[in-house]
Amino acid sequence: MIAILGLIGGVVLGLVLSPDVPLAMEPYLPIAVVAALDAVFGAFRAFLDGIFDDKVFVISFISNVLIAAVIVFLGDKLGVGAQLSTGVVVVLGIRIFSNVAAIRRHLFHA
Amino acid sequence: MNPTDATPPASSPPSGMARLRRSFFSPSRGQAVVAVLVGLLAFAAVTQARLTGKDDTYAGLRQAELIQALNGLQSASRKAERDISQLEATRDRLRSSTQRRTTALEQARKELRTLGVLAGTLPATGPGIRVTVQDPKGDLSLNHLLDGVEELRNAGVEAIEFNDRVRVIAQTSFEDDPDGVRVDGVVLRPPYVIDAIGDPDTLAGALTFQEGFADDVKLDSGSVSVKKEDRIKVTVTRTPSKPRYAQPVPGQ
Repeated sequence: MIAILGLIGGVVLGLVLSPDVPLAMEPYLPIAVVAALDAVFGAFRAFLDGIFDDKVFVISFISNVLIAAVIVFLGDKLGVGAQLSTGVVVVLGIRIFSNVAAIRRHLFHA
Repeated sequence: MNPTDATPPASSPPSGMARLRRSFFSPSRGQAVVAVLVGLLAFAAVTQARLTGKDDTYAGLRQAELIQALNGLQSASRKAERDISQLEATRDRLRSSTQRRTTALEQARKELRTLGVLAGTLPATGPGIRVTVQDPKGDLSLNHLLDGVEELRNAGVEAIEFNDRVRVIAQTSFEDDPDGVRVDGVVLRPPYVIDAIGDPDTLAGALTFQEGFADDVKLDSGSVSVKKEDRIKVTVTRTPSKPRYAQPVPGQ
């Protein structure tokens, strides 16, 4: 309940404030969003499994975002930023899909 | 690092659906934390989505991608320039060939007009003389008439017409006829009116010199009157006939 409120609140805040992203952060934001999305889906799956722990969720969320950003940053420094961000997105996408599959099995038994 | 990495417990407590339903109506501290983080995610996602929508194509690209895009644009522009110069060359070629053709056509038209006057296919007008040959007794010899035409030709006549009915050209034939003369198969009766275009003085001189055409006609008890005019009209034309035997020599 509160989580859904938070989701709506975040969307509204983003629309109302429409903040300008600093140029230095611009390449990392999309990757960070995908990483956070992965963490959220993972947390939802853990919740349905009955093993959800908010501390673990906070840590996984933040570390996911940070690691994704660091990987992209490193890639940029090494000159393979574009390829590495593609790789990160692919890996996270696979994880999101498998998490969503587990969630689906829990909710719909299918 | 991620909650999904943990294995689910062996004992099977309430199903996921039931837990979801229960926690939906019983807020807890954990849910507040989740709400904050999910809100943060939503905020970032919305920001990024707005940024992507607003971005023009090149703002978010990396250096390598920009160089690639630049290279692509450069090669495209080189190709376009090559196309332009090719098309321009084609255009110039077409233009010059059109010009040449127009000039040739103009020249051919001019020549056609000139030749048309000489060959009798076009009506002509210009300064000249009008010769009236009276032959009251019908004694005029055809040879004398023919001499007159020859004199006119010698004097540089450009168009001759008999009685406003027959155009005299290179192939014109003259024959005797009981009623008068037959010019190109057309019977003409006296008086013969010859319209000749050319220099009036020269033409008149060619007919009236001593023992010339005028005197010959007088011998045949006829009379000749020559009138110089600024404007003689030769209106009779003939259709050109294709030569059956004579072929133009090619390449001349």
